[in-house]
Amino acid sequence: MAVKFDLNEREVWDGNYAASQALRQADVDVVVAYPITPSTPIVENYGAYVGNGYINGEFVMVESEHAAMSGCIGASAAGGRVSTATSSQGFALMAEVLYQASGMRLPIVLNVVNRALASPLNVRGDHADMYLGRDSGWIQFGAFNAQEAYDLALCAFKVGENHSVRLPVMVHQDGFITSHTAQNVYPLTDEKAYEFVGDFVPVDDMLDFSRPVTYGAQTEEDWHYEHKAKQHKALMDSRKVIDEVFAEFKEITGREYNRVESYDMEDADVVIVGLGSTVETARVAAKNMREKGVKAGVVAIRCFRPFPYDEVRDVLQNAKAIAVTDRSSPGGAMGAFFNEVTAAMYTSESRPMVTGFVYGLGGRDFSIEEAERIFAEQQAHADAGHITTEIQQFSGLRGPKLGFFKTARG
Amino acid sequence: MTEIRWHSRAGQGAVSGAKGLGDVIATTGKEVQAFALYGSAKRGAALRAYNRISDEQIFNHAKFMNPDFVLVIDPALAFTDNIIENEKETTKYIITTHLSKEELIAGIPSLQGKEDRVFVADCVQISLDEIGRAMPNAPMLGAFVKMSGMFELDYFLDAMKRVLAKFPQKIIDGNMRAITRAYNEVK
Repeated sequence: MAVKFDLNEREVWDGNYAASQALRQADVDVVVAYPITPSTPIVENYGAYVGNGYINGEFVMVESEHAAMSGCIGASAAGGRVSTATSSQGFALMAEVLYQASGMRLPIVLNVVNRALASPLNVRGDHADMYLGRDSGWIQFGAFNAQEAYDLALCAFKVGENHSVRLPVMVHQDGFITSHTAQNVYPLTDEKAYEFVGDFVPVDDMLDFSRPVTYGAQTEEDWHYEHKAKQHKALMDSRKVIDEVFAEFKEITGREYNRVESYDMEDADVVIVGLGSTVETARVAAKNMREKGVKAGVVAIRCFRPFPYDEVRDVLQNAKAIAVTDRSSPGGAMGAFFNEVTAAMYTSESRPMVTGFVYGLGGRDFSIEEAERIFAEQQAHADAGHITTEIQQFSGLRGPKLGFFKTARG
Repeated sequence: MTEIRWHSRAGQGAVSGAKGLGDVIATTGKEVQAFALYGSAKRGAALRAYNRISDEQIFNHAKFMNPDFVLVIDPALAFTDNIIENEKETTKYIITTHLSKEELIAGIPSLQGKEDRVFVADCVQISLDEIGRAMPNAPMLGAFVKMSGMFELDYFLDAMKRVLAKFPQKIIDGNMRAITRAYNEVK
């Protein structure tokens, strides 16, 4: 019997601590970890909960992130509720095994504290690692603050373990900005949290010796394609389950989550579309712009995978000019997030103007003033009736102005 | 919105101090934020920690702020760091030093003319006396409680006892004495 952990109705937690508390409350059986900054405290705290008797689980330290995710796969296939955490280079080293986890349909929850990828070496937050995972077949949730890192971790178990989903889930939070910023967090009681997540009911667990199964089998051109298509369908179909889980979470907490979040969008002409903690900065800027008479709004992607194309189009179709923000170096293309939002908007009747901003790489500050400047620029596009700048720009970059690709419209 | 910037060296407890302060303020029903600007900082490296306090949920994650209070818990940083960065006309400074206020200001041109907004307490000496280690964060909190007028001292001490509950009684008692002394000695 685990020792009772004293919780207050209102805690002051950072994102890492909040995520680790969700692992404790979900009664995670196994955490296999190779800690890395800035996600270290998540697994470190889980280890402490095990060591101090707050949870009956197993904490396995291994020699690399590749081994960490491999261990998670073993424990999950064996029939346990499994989670771990990583960032940046660790995520990159895990990449090969991420595809194995999703292909084997194992509902592992990976807490990703987003951090830039080297080189140059950088421990601070950007979304390079999150983007690296975008084709890996995992569900990807984005938290914008510590409360959400906690809430979404609880939701992640419930979504991934649902027998019609059976997919691994990443919960992303921004390195340092969220992971190391303490804010008010309102946790559920242990009983309520566990009741929400529910017992883990494994499918085809390897420790069921009465019914032997194979994991990680080889399929060549005869079956591989069908397996991958089925996996993709499971991801697309998970949208309904995600909505149901968010609805249930709202019932018990009052806190509402949507795969696409929108703020001040009822009559917005100009919009910033963002991911992560940037969303909150943009929300403050939108309020300020509205005081200046600019109808500004913010759209945020809560569920990066499966990507919510329909909802993005629906919420943005009445906007005039949209700025999509990519916190990852695009490496010779438009930002990936820009491409996805633009693809969604291409299917609308209105086809509003869309430009992309690369910003915040390696933890570069994204200020309210800068978000206001971006809104003002969108208003200039809207007033002119065409895009007045290059389509890809760089926000907060020192040195000569950098921009690429011009519109042929207007 | 009240904003606080801490100037410290890694290992002096500014991050814990900022989080502890956030913890206590949250008990009054306010929304708080506590974070630090450091990465691979080694013990002794200069760092900054930050608090925001508001009646509403805090959405601003920027490191940039125009602080209402600047808390300097390393005596040398008052001289070497730009502690007046982005100050307002009302920014209050609480600085750890063994010098008198006059001696300190005489040595720091950027503080001259701000005598009514600069306060000093020897948080290093107080922590050595009362806690047994140079851990100036706790006494700085006492000085802050006094100068901000945000709490009654007894309320703050009670709340800090809960924050420090995981420590041995001896440490808790030392912290309580250090907070109280700095509250009384800051000037």
